[in-house]
Amino acid sequence: MNGAPGRFLRNLNQERIVLWITVAIFVAAALGLPGFLTSGNLIAIVRSVSVLGILALGMSVVIIGRGIDLSMVAVMAMSVAWYLQLLDSGVADGAALPLALAGVLAVGVVNGFLVAYAELPAIFVTLASGSFVFGYVRSQLIPQDAVSVPSDHWIIALGKLRPVGVPADVYIFAALALAAFVFLRFTKWGRYVYYAGDNPVAARNAGMPVRPMLVLRYVISALTAFAAGLLTAASLQSINTRVVNSTLLYDIVLVAVIGGIGLSGGKGGVRNVLIGAALIGIMLNAMTILDIPQLYQNLIKSTILLVAIIVDGLLNPRDEQTAQQGDI
Amino acid sequence: MTFRERLQAWRYNLVPDHAIGEILQKRWTDNAIPFLALVIVVAGFGSAIPGFFRLVSLQDSTRQLGEFSLVVTGLTVVMLGGGIDLSVGSIFALSAFASVAAFFIFHLPTGLAFLAALATGLIFGAVNGYLIGFLRLRAFLTTLVTFIIGRAIYDILVVSFGAKVQLSDASSDLWDFIGDGTMAGLSVSVVAALVLAVVTHVALTRSRPGWHVLAIGGSRRSAHNAGIRVRRMVFLTYVFSGACSACAGFLIATRLSGAGPGTGQGLEILALTAAVVGGNSLGGGRGSVVKGLMGAVIVLVMTNGLIRLGYGTGTNQMVLGLLLAVAVTIDIRWMKNRHKVLNEVYVAPVYLKLGETQSAAPGSGTPYELNNRLSQADAIGLGELEGPEDVILDRDDHLYCGTRHGEIVRYFAPDYTRSEVFAHVGGFPLGLAFDRAGNLLSCVGAMGLYRIAPDRTVTRLSAETRRSWTSIVDDARLRDPNDLDIAPDGKVYFTDSTKRYDAHDWTLDSIENRATGRLLVYDPATGKTATLLDGYRYTNGVTMAHDNRSVFFCESWACRIHRYWLEGPKVGTAECVIRDMPGYPDNINRASDGTYWMAWLGMRTPSFDLSLRHPGMRRRMARRLPQDEWLFPNINTGGVVKFNDAGEILQTFGDLTGVSHPMVTSMREHKGFLYIGGILNNRIGRYKIEGANPDWTANDAYWGAGS
Repeated sequence: MNGAPGRFLRNLNQERIVLWITVAIFVAAALGLPGFLTSGNLIAIVRSVSVLGILALGMSVVIIGRGIDLSMVAVMAMSVAWYLQLLDSGVADGAALPLALAGVLAVGVVNGFLVAYAELPAIFVTLASGSFVFGYVRSQLIPQDAVSVPSDHWIIALGKLRPVGVPADVYIFAALALAAFVFLRFTKWGRYVYYAGDNPVAARNAGMPVRPMLVLRYVISALTAFAAGLLTAASLQSINTRVVNSTLLYDIVLVAVIGGIGLSGGKGGVRNVLIGAALIGIMLNAMTILDIPQLYQNLIKSTILLVAIIVDGLLNPRDEQTAQQGDI
Repeated sequence: MTFRERLQAWRYNLVPDHAIGEILQKRWTDNAIPFLALVIVVAGFGSAIPGFFRLVSLQDSTRQLGEFSLVVTGLTVVMLGGGIDLSVGSIFALSAFASVAAFFIFHLPTGLAFLAALATGLIFGAVNGYLIGFLRLRAFLTTLVTFIIGRAIYDILVVSFGAKVQLSDASSDLWDFIGDGTMAGLSVSVVAALVLAVVTHVALTRSRPGWHVLAIGGSRRSAHNAGIRVRRMVFLTYVFSGACSACAGFLIATRLSGAGPGTGQGLEILALTAAVVGGNSLGGGRGSVVKGLMGAVIVLVMTNGLIRLGYGTGTNQMVLGLLLAVAVTIDIRWMKNRHKVLNEVYVAPVYLKLGETQSAAPGSGTPYELNNRLSQADAIGLGELEGPEDVILDRDDHLYCGTRHGEIVRYFAPDYTRSEVFAHVGGFPLGLAFDRAGNLLSCVGAMGLYRIAPDRTVTRLSAETRRSWTSIVDDARLRDPNDLDIAPDGKVYFTDSTKRYDAHDWTLDSIENRATGRLLVYDPATGKTATLLDGYRYTNGVTMAHDNRSVFFCESWACRIHRYWLEGPKVGTAECVIRDMPGYPDNINRASDGTYWMAWLGMRTPSFDLSLRHPGMRRRMARRLPQDEWLFPNINTGGVVKFNDAGEILQTFGDLTGVSHPMVTSMREHKGFLYIGGILNNRIGRYKIEGANPDWTANDAYWGAGS
């Protein structure tokens, strides 16, 4: 492989592949689908992925630090469900919101503590805490699957807010993306996330507070999940806890990872999340316009993701000598 | 003996403290916690749920358990190989649908329905395996995606063909039997799960592919570098997992005679929890089928039990979450801390009161009185040698010794300035002896009894004896073979100093002072090794008496010489010849004048003698102090002692300067010279013995002149 085509292929990585696929689908949809390239539709695309994107932002901060947070969807749904349930049962907003926030913080801290200080694998800690959070809230705190937002509550108003004709979700997604970008790129602890993710032992030897930082990351992801839950409640005017059993969790991981954030940590950034979210959003929108049933949408979506992973694997094969042990 | 000492002696010599450390060394202690959890869960739910243990109820719940454990077994194998398979739920559902479709829609016989399920699982597993094994994709992400794809396909299939299945009138006795019937009280799924578990267990622990899987999980890179076909083996683990899930899918298809939208939902989380709760480690290498099965029972009994006890939605997830968290925490902490606990409790000292001894101080006038004669010995190989424990000379006067690098070094006669590595054995070559044919036999510490032929080929003669009935850790293996001698009939009498420590940890054995040393005999005619005597405190040097009717051997930490009778009225028994010496004896060899040379590796001190009467103090010392601050036997002064058949001390040689031969572990008389070795020394000494027969060699004495 010589010359320009060769260089092009060699420089392909997962992020670029996904970007090209996204652009290709976008162009194809713009050319082939009537009504795709209207401003209303484009806004709808962004809105459809904003909640997913926010969740992916929190997840990516954890993944860059060589962890994973499988409890996000449970925290998102159950914290907001509990919050709404508290409001429903007459607790004042001034007490209910701090209570819900405290619960969210507690989950994040416990996750972080078990990973950082008890040195348990993040995958199991968060799998367990997610299962526990769902089970505890569902069996002890709320009486049914769905809890609706009380009318005249600020969450309803949030859902109806549309500055310049764009829903508030999009602004919040953009703001959080910017905040995550600034945190990861320009703050000391944000940079440390990369070092700790790339080589935790070296980071610790260099004097970074690796363990407190780990706890912080899980707190961040729990708080992001709560924010995403509030937005979901705002747009649907209720929260359905059955979302915990859906494939949403896997979608979050995929959005984060498909954009090129390596599961082994230390790689990627907000840009990768945006690319991943764009791919998912455009695909879903195009398929909805094409009137493809939900079942087939899942199939098509996942197959495209698999192809992207395979292409990345072919272009950047892992080496037996340098692969990390226990890196799954 | 005071009452306090008597109590100490009882406490430390009768209570088997050492068993704790030995039990902790066993790999099955890994299973103790999951097993305890299993017992608690089954007992707890069994007593809380009325009729839990009734046969019908058990058959019902075990049917589901059988299917579940099939899936868990497959997942366990994948995890052992360092991967993870999140797609088991999808494979399970798709296989179930495949057999349902084959049976109800296409009206195929039950056998073909099973093959349809199996083919589905194999293909799905092969796709996973190809992607992860050969393309080297990440297991977690890849199986996540294939899981979603499989689920999507399954949902589409169920929506499209579910009605056709419902309307079908296909039926078969075999199908119903697999779904509902029992054989001797056991349902088909339980039998299938048991058979698969046994086969998988045997394959993992006793076959080459199984070892390869474990090796890959333990260290993928090392496995690759060792020539294991990593990619193909990883591929096969996923294929195996697919097949297991497919069998489970077929079984649930026969049980429910249909496939609904909920089939296999959440199975991947349940299976993963089961595998981990059982104690299989994420990342591979450690775990077993049994652990997976224990986890499967715990998880299933728990989830089903909660439903049957009538707890509402969510309770299950709550308990599962707690269970997973607790299991992982215990598992990880246990693994991290086990070796620390083991290090602390392994050294379990016993009480010993050594008898009063005569002084060996210069000028004391006792037979043991040390002098400074060895400091005048000429040095051979000074600065080149490391740890010549034993030395020996052949018929051409060449000098041989072992080194701590696992080599036998040969110094050439007559001036012993040139040397070569005669043979590389490995381990730590200790005692040496020539047999009738001129082969060099060596007790190799940490390995066994070895023979080095004159053409330098190394042969293992023996590495084990018969295991004793009361042993916890296998004591058949020779841990510290120390010295040997060869009888005229070719039998090799040799010592194995301790069962508790490896050769390089001999100082720990001196702290513990437990009597686990053995005298063994290797019979070249049968190739078998037998234990003659057991229960001595560090058996060390061995030599044949001049008349070949008995064997002398010493007991280092008890400062005694014993004689084991090979014939005569006392045949098969041992008697103590010399007791309560002031030094710790090591190798014993023949002298030219019909007496014997004995090396002293160190001297008794009042302080260490006192500590032997305070096992509690030594135990605290071993637990709380770093090893370089421990009180050890004094090995800064040693010597050579000459004694006769009656056990009388005739002569002593020492090095009071402590420069040339502070610690002596061996000496060999040859043509009027004494060659001296020390396990921690950097030279071999050559000392001219006054009045010794200048023609005497051990080879002639043992095997006759010139033969």
